[in-house]
Amino acid sequence: MDVCGGQTHNLLRHGIENALSDCIELIHGPGCPVCVTPAAVIDRAIELALTHKVTLATFGDMLRVPGQSGSLLQTRARGGAVRTIYCPTQAVQLAQRHPDQQVVLLAIGFETTAPSTALAVLQAEDQRLTNFSVLAHHVRVEPAMRVLAADPGRRLQGFLAAGHVCTVTGYHELESLAQDFKLPVTVTGFEPLDLADGLLGCVQQLEQGRAVVENCYPRSVRREGNSAALRLLERVFAPDDLAWRGFGVIPQGGFVLRQKYEMYDAERRFDAVKHSGSPESRADHHCAAVLSGRMKPCACPLFGQACTPDFPQGAPMVSSEGACAAYFRYTGGPALR
Amino acid sequence: MPDELSCPMPQSLDAECVTLAYGEGGRLSRRLVQERLLPRFGNPELSALGDAAVLTTSGRVAFTTDSYTVTPLFFPGGDIGRLAVYGTVNDLAVSGATPRWLSLSLMIEEGLTWTSLDRVLDSIQVAAKEADVLIVTGDTKVVPRGAVDQLFITTAGIGEFKSAVPDGPAALQPGDVILVSGPIGQHGAAILCAREDLGFEPPPLSDCANLAPAFHHMQCQNLTPRAARDATRGGVAAVLHEWSTVCGLGIDLEEQQLPVGNEVSAVCELLGLDPLFLACEGTFVAACPEDRVNEMLTNLHKFPVTQNACVIGRVVPARPVAVCVRRAAGRMMPLDEPAGSPLPRIC
Repeated sequence: MDVCGGQTHNLLRHGIENALSDCIELIHGPGCPVCVTPAAVIDRAIELALTHKVTLATFGDMLRVPGQSGSLLQTRARGGAVRTIYCPTQAVQLAQRHPDQQVVLLAIGFETTAPSTALAVLQAEDQRLTNFSVLAHHVRVEPAMRVLAADPGRRLQGFLAAGHVCTVTGYHELESLAQDFKLPVTVTGFEPLDLADGLLGCVQQLEQGRAVVENCYPRSVRREGNSAALRLLERVFAPDDLAWRGFGVIPQGGFVLRQKYEMYDAERRFDAVKHSGSPESRADHHCAAVLSGRMKPCACPLFGQACTPDFPQGAPMVSSEGACAAYFRYTGGPALR
Repeated sequence: MPDELSCPMPQSLDAECVTLAYGEGGRLSRRLVQERLLPRFGNPELSALGDAAVLTTSGRVAFTTDSYTVTPLFFPGGDIGRLAVYGTVNDLAVSGATPRWLSLSLMIEEGLTWTSLDRVLDSIQVAAKEADVLIVTGDTKVVPRGAVDQLFITTAGIGEFKSAVPDGPAALQPGDVILVSGPIGQHGAAILCAREDLGFEPPPLSDCANLAPAFHHMQCQNLTPRAARDATRGGVAAVLHEWSTVCGLGIDLEEQQLPVGNEVSAVCELLGLDPLFLACEGTFVAACPEDRVNEMLTNLHKFPVTQNACVIGRVVPARPVAVCVRRAAGRMMPLDEPAGSPLPRIC
């Protein structure tokens, strides 16, 4: 299983999956930050923008993802102030420049983006900003890999671990995972050769009957990770149980703001209604199967029919890291439709 | 003038920025035209200030229009003024016409500073002179705050046909070669980085430029391509998908041959974008028979804006998948049709 959506896209874009289809089946994992963000989080963000009139700052990829009450792009069309940012600290600058506006950072993503959110919170504290807060839903990858590995119906025989996430976290945490579940893990990059190297590592381990963590992306990843980023994370966030779209609550599957920084929690500040237990749509059910690798995107009955990048029913078809978008874009989805 | 002699009256708002009064048709509207537009663009047709410009043409003409809205107004490599002139000029040029006349409509949001407006008008003046087109008619409106974003510009253009014109995409044949006149994705990457303040150093520059001289030169050498389009919104991918639909044939590209600048390539790798989907404002796509392509490239290489022109693919017989691209790993993969504007990925 390739864990990261960026890997999924390049495996398909470069035709590597297709080239290996006779001997290796690639299962695409949940590593698309937008896809695993629950609809309820998007709905809360929309409510903040429309009812509480906050300026909502978030990543571009987040804008098109449908919640139960539409997408943030539609929210912007309805008059909500939604700003695209690339780096979370840009939201702090927005708050500085517009002291009359409440700026809320909709912060999602894995350990790759969480340290920059932590930095944004620390900057806001440093500048004593009272008009900045965070609607955070940062998730942790290793606990999700554990859930996938523990699945009794598991078919995957090895992991290509996400190179960017491991750049931050290191891979020492994955060593016990490899050992506990007897699964080879190769830390893998994103360019075609990196991907081929990661796959080779997995196959060699399987042939030799080994199950360890192997770093196939050493130009970016160190075993201990990026200590500066990890210190930031540790200071601002604490690991906690968190809901993943398509998985439900994963034990220790995410981060929450530490008590000291609760004043920057947008949900506390604005008393947003928690959209809980909104009924799952037909699409959600299928998306969950795709995200956990139980179903190939093109096996979904909605794929290319009711669900296309122009009219997406679920996040994996929207995001530039979503598996369905990758299949649609790179395997002739439009032509096969 | 020494400070003690300057007028003590505070400057009025009118002195700093455009107000609604300038759009209401009275004295201030006339001043806007007299003081800011005529001195820059004055020519007999415009200065007559009639309800319509009266033009004499030599025969068949090409007529096109486009509206320009871009945030920010000034970006690395260009500004909305240059864009409004070159965009319309390029549409005429790649249709095979020699651009002659433009109209210029300004939709101004109240509060736009005179400094910004003057900068844009200066830029239009320079671009029009460089492209050898006359601005012969126009309009100005000032609208309340929020009705437009700072400044929208619409230009329409008329060009005359003087040499052979491209037959259009319906004439493409299997074996024809696809070429681009320069690096791709520059404008799209430049605007994305400037708009979202992404802080890449050095920033990618827009390729916003006048393609008419290079294109006209090809026509004069009897090297008119079978089809040509400037690859604006949707980039090269959008043009090729449209061509494939029109001619009913497939198109194959070679990723290794795509001219992509270092800055654009870095931006694309970091943000997960494909340069084939990013807009160009000074690059056209052309198709021509294989036996003409070397001569065509030799001629294009004589002009700075098209000095990096190169072959990127070819037309192939009809098949279910419209456009394919051979990626770095060597496999031919389908190229999707662009949908919506490209958004940066998260990690």
